[in-house]
Amino acid sequence: MSTSPTTSRDTSVLLEAVNVHRHYRGEASDVHALRGVTLQIHRGEFVAIVGASGSGKSTLMHLLGAVDAPDQGRIVLEGQDISTLSDRNATRLRLRRIGLVFQRFYLMPTLSAIENVELPMAEAGIGREQRKRRAAELLSFVGLGERLTHRPTQLSGGEQQRVAVARALANGPALLLADEPTGELDAATGASLIALLQRLNADGLTCVLVTHDAALARSAQRVITMRDGQIVSDDRNDIDDRTESDDRNDIDDRTVSDDRNPTAPPLP
Amino acid sequence: MRFSLALAALRRHPMRTLLAIFGVAIASALLLDMVMLATGMRASFRSLLTSRGYELRITPRGTLPFDTEATVGGATALIASVRAHPDVMQVSASLGTTVQVERAGAPTSTSTSAFALGTDPAVQGEYTVLTGRLPTTSTAGLLTEVIANNALLTRLGAAVGDTLSVSTGRSAQLRLSGDAVRAVIVGEARFLYVPPGLPAVSAPLSAVQALLGEAGRDRISLAMAAVRASPATSDNSDRTEAVRQWIEGTHSRVTAISTETAIVQVEERLAYFRQLAFILGALSLVIGVLLVTTLVSLSVNERLGELAVLRAIGVVRTGVLQQVMLEGLMLGVSGITLGLGLGLITARWLNTILRDFPGLPADLDFFVWSPEAAWKALAMLLVASTLAGAWPAWRASQLRVAQALREEAIG
Repeated sequence: MSTSPTTSRDTSVLLEAVNVHRHYRGEASDVHALRGVTLQIHRGEFVAIVGASGSGKSTLMHLLGAVDAPDQGRIVLEGQDISTLSDRNATRLRLRRIGLVFQRFYLMPTLSAIENVELPMAEAGIGREQRKRRAAELLSFVGLGERLTHRPTQLSGGEQQRVAVARALANGPALLLADEPTGELDAATGASLIALLQRLNADGLTCVLVTHDAALARSAQRVITMRDGQIVSDDRNDIDDRTESDDRNDIDDRTVSDDRNPTAPPLP
Repeated sequence: MRFSLALAALRRHPMRTLLAIFGVAIASALLLDMVMLATGMRASFRSLLTSRGYELRITPRGTLPFDTEATVGGATALIASVRAHPDVMQVSASLGTTVQVERAGAPTSTSTSAFALGTDPAVQGEYTVLTGRLPTTSTAGLLTEVIANNALLTRLGAAVGDTLSVSTGRSAQLRLSGDAVRAVIVGEARFLYVPPGLPAVSAPLSAVQALLGEAGRDRISLAMAAVRASPATSDNSDRTEAVRQWIEGTHSRVTAISTETAIVQVEERLAYFRQLAFILGALSLVIGVLLVTTLVSLSVNERLGELAVLRAIGVVRTGVLQQVMLEGLMLGVSGITLGLGLGLITARWLNTILRDFPGLPADLDFFVWSPEAAWKALAMLLVASTLAGAWPAWRASQLRVAQALREEAIG
């Protein structure tokens, strides 16, 4: 099944950040989370953003996902400046064009797996029957076809994250943004999730991940490293090829040895 | 989907939600009862006064009906005069007194004092016959038949057909005097203005006057007049007022009071009840609102991360607002539905207790179901409980998504 509207290999620029700044008013002092970040992400890319805690990678992901707006600079998605959108328009954009996956899954605990996946579709006004059918297909795609009516508490961490991925794919986004998607998973489960994301990318979906996970970072075609709110490297190679740096120490090596080539789960 | 989410949010902590619903139900029940109390006594009193169709009550000057034992003499002339007025359709005169009664042949220890009402059975507006028939007098106008209420029959262990000894002795400790007369119980009646537990009998006016001897000769305690309906308008108040003024102008020994005036006077006396009902009703409304606000606020505070994620995945502010307000509305609807039943049950129970209050007419109700007033009260509570969820809902909708996600990730 196709999970993304992008079916051909169009490699034009999908997402662009231009001289983006973001600072927060902290209790003691202001925090300058991003300092003039500029980057381009092309359609079909699989990008990992890595860096130490506090380097600004999650802030960058929020800005790229229209969850937050920059103090200065522009974020352009599919040719549209999304940094100046009203809250309503930004929300609609997230609903239809951006899929978000979080470290802690954040499924609605009182809804079943299928209802969680239906949620964005219901919000987009898709009819009950159609969204049920698509939600079931998406859950089958992520390997949870037998778990449709299970509640999050009845699912393992890996299964919950798969439901979260299915939810992110519900409205056929152009971009999948994931913040530490393997952060709460063990090595084997994380590898399985990485395989799923790779499969989605292979289908044409643009994926941008923020991660500490070396295995996940290695699985990306492109690794952007951040430090102190700035991009310090933007490599198209395996992370192991990089020279040793402070940033490398921030990457969790737990999955490096046994998850170099994770096997994708069987897909429908 | 919003409904499912709101319902799910409430079901997450079932015990807490149940307690909140019970709280709202109790507040609703209290509000409903207070509305029933505030409007009920007035409605019940009006119904009591108007049920027999007499618009005017004529009493000894300066007194209220049966407020004192005062009587007015020259009753025959007074009644004839009032009855002769062209706008007066009917006059019913009554004389009330206390008598001592016992079942003939029974030990005197079973004697009891009772309220005796002399009135013309054909036109009386004081009681309704439950069984048997109306009493008559002997050809000499003496007491030979009475109609009794259930309290008297129960107290004496008597039944319709039994004979009573009736005297004007006023103490239960006194033996009946030699001038006690015998009267047959010809029926059982419900006396409209007599307290439910008070034994009462009624006989024709002339018979009770004769029983009282000189003290009762041609005297009455109360006369009631029915005014002819005005052909031009359904509102008969002007004509009633004209007759009332005529009676007071013509007969200086009496006070004439219209039903409407009596109701106004009673309302003035009931102002305290209404104020109390208003205060308790307002208090229950505030309690209901606070309960809903507290519970929904608590629920929102626990779910900031979830709500932030909802916003992040594309739920607009108004969507979150609607969902949280729906939670408040669902609490309100559940509580009010339960409160409606609870309120009716407690009103009935309280009414039974209050009706046993000494000295109150049997037909007076404190809590009267008035659909319009009740629905207004419940609608008010529904709106209040919906609005009670508005503040936490607004807070939830104004959540800064990125900040909430950051805090959630740190937490």
